[in-house]
Amino acid sequence: MSAAAPSHAAAHVAESAERRWAIIVVAIVAVLVAITVVTGLHWAAMPPSRVETVDVKTLHLKGEFVESNLGTELAADGKVTVRLVAQQYSFQPQCLVVPADTPVTFRATSTDAIHGFVVGTTNANTMLVPGFVATFTTSFRKTGEQLMPCHEYCGTGHEAMWARVQVLPRDEFLSKARGAERLSCVPGK
Amino acid sequence: MFRASKLVLAHFWVAFVAFLAAACLGEWQMFVRSPLSPWIANPEHYYRSVTAHGTVMGYVLPTLVAMGFGYATCELALKRALTGLRWAWAGFWLVIAGTAMAAATVGAGKASVLYTFYPPMIASPFYYLGVVLVVVGSWIWVAIMGVNVYAWKRENPGRTVPLAMYGNVAGAFLWFWTSLGAALEILLLILPAAFGWTDTINAGLARVFFSWTLHAIVYFWLVPAYVAFYTIFPRAIGGRLYSDAMGRVAFALFLVFSMPIGIHHLFADPQVGAGFKFVHATMTAMVSVPTFLTVFTIVATAEVAARLRGGRGLFGWVKALPWDEPMMLALAFSFVMLGFGGAGGLINMSYQLNETVHNTQWVTGHFHLIFAGAIVIMYFMIAYDLWPALTRCAPLPRGAIKAQLWLWFVGMLVLTLPWHWVGLLGMPRRMAYYDYADPALAAQAWTVTASTIGGALVLASVALFVGILATARRGVAAPAPYTFARPVHEAPVPRALNGFGLWVAMMVVLTVVNYGYPIAQLASLKDASVPVIPIGTR
Repeated sequence: MSAAAPSHAAAHVAESAERRWAIIVVAIVAVLVAITVVTGLHWAAMPPSRVETVDVKTLHLKGEFVESNLGTELAADGKVTVRLVAQQYSFQPQCLVVPADTPVTFRATSTDAIHGFVVGTTNANTMLVPGFVATFTTSFRKTGEQLMPCHEYCGTGHEAMWARVQVLPRDEFLSKARGAERLSCVPGK
Repeated sequence: MFRASKLVLAHFWVAFVAFLAAACLGEWQMFVRSPLSPWIANPEHYYRSVTAHGTVMGYVLPTLVAMGFGYATCELALKRALTGLRWAWAGFWLVIAGTAMAAATVGAGKASVLYTFYPPMIASPFYYLGVVLVVVGSWIWVAIMGVNVYAWKRENPGRTVPLAMYGNVAGAFLWFWTSLGAALEILLLILPAAFGWTDTINAGLARVFFSWTLHAIVYFWLVPAYVAFYTIFPRAIGGRLYSDAMGRVAFALFLVFSMPIGIHHLFADPQVGAGFKFVHATMTAMVSVPTFLTVFTIVATAEVAARLRGGRGLFGWVKALPWDEPMMLALAFSFVMLGFGGAGGLINMSYQLNETVHNTQWVTGHFHLIFAGAIVIMYFMIAYDLWPALTRCAPLPRGAIKAQLWLWFVGMLVLTLPWHWVGLLGMPRRMAYYDYADPALAAQAWTVTASTIGGALVLASVALFVGILATARRGVAAPAPYTFARPVHEAPVPRALNGFGLWVAMMVVLTVVNYGYPIAQLASLKDASVPVIPIGTR
């Protein structure tokens, strides 16, 4: 290497190559951010977005997370809401029923540790932090049964904490969901 | 000249012995949950092991390597005796005491909370105190790095701080500010609960504090590897660094953008609103800039060296690189894994794509590939490169080193690529066993076996690494003068890139802006405090 004495021409070439690359990098980052903004606004594709608290000490006694209100609700206006509670080491209810090709809103919380769940190969994925209500809306394209494991370490029984989700054709779901009852696929219910 | 060699060796030896032990635990974890083994009788043992593995790999190994490399750089790059040698030893013993205390507590089964803590689960206070001692010991190192660079600047007015020192000091300052998040979480929220002074804890707030540390700690892990890219690799392949200034820009950008992005770990969390999630996602895109710049500079460095060795053609010069040189091999492996891991990282940090992979086995694959794969392979090279200067040993066996690197590279890919794949299929993390009798999981069973095989290769590589260092014949060679790489063009750098004031100020301001409101909001929520869950017996 004999380039110890800086040759100005060579230094200039090196610097302009470097500058071109820096511009490309900034462009890559700008494109990534632009994609995020466009899909966020245009598709309303966003992570869970609001901060809502719930008192863990009373949530099993009153409010929307009492046992009789857990499961899938088909409201009069056609909105589908799934309410569930996670605790060491199960979900309540253990088997969820949802319609395909329909926006489904999940509302869930934890009564003790931090839990979370992901539904099979779908994008339904959230953390459950005690004291907070996780809310997100998604829709399921494929019918059939999917596994729904707890995906956050919640104690020694974490590995045994699995629920199931049955995605029914929309018509079948509508014919089952009548009245004010809450739907689930827990055997014997 | 090398007054601190004993100190540096002490750091490295403790780091690497702990590393070997934690690698054994990791491989045991892979085996015990694979179809090769029956279900574990007591899952608690699995989580105990995960806690120990994570604590050593996340806190002990990188901290000790960064500290040892930092002290070595003070003497080798600044060419002056280390100021504060006694304090450095004090810091070392604090780290040792903390590691021992945390290890004993984890081993006794009183702290199976994983290294990410996860309140409202609360472990024995001795686990957290152990982690605090490790961190406080490392803060002494931060101060010593600052004192040494300041003293050098006073003795050498107008001269440019050597790049190796600039990078390591940036890493030290980054670490101090990074570790503050977890320190606040432990001191304000966890320890009062661990000591039994309070029965409730704000789990959402604790997670936000931890996210402040959780992402930026990765850049603390990464700085020694990047210092090796910029200041060891060019010399090792017989070339010169393409651009010294770009190295400084990269380290400065890491300081600025490492911290205010941690909430991208909380995209799926209910305790942070969409606004701050978006801001952190955008800033995370910015933190890819220093890596993009580094890849360009280092590849250009290699190309210049290859062309001077007679390399020709658009890509033909690659053949002219000194592939016989272990450092060349390590860099190529590191960049391949950095490429895969970085691409996966861009998916994780994406505001939308994250939902597909959030908290699945994909994430485990991602951070093993990028930390263990791309970064730890450079820790190996730092140790190999410094060893003759530290121990006056005979040249290390190149064949064994190359075999070790190959084992690491192949093992890491076989370990982590199946994790990425099943992550996409929704396989959850941190499972002590899987029910392979379930048809949905039966199809994924082979991937766990594959990862177990990858883990075995990795473990063999770690054992070989420790063996090469342990069997080096000490004291037989004259102390070789150690040098860092020189740049192709030695131009003066702008003042801002010879100091840290501007970057540290930006780091603090951006962190306060991006974390201030979420922390204040969560701290003021009443319902958010939930009962603690004691782990082990208090």
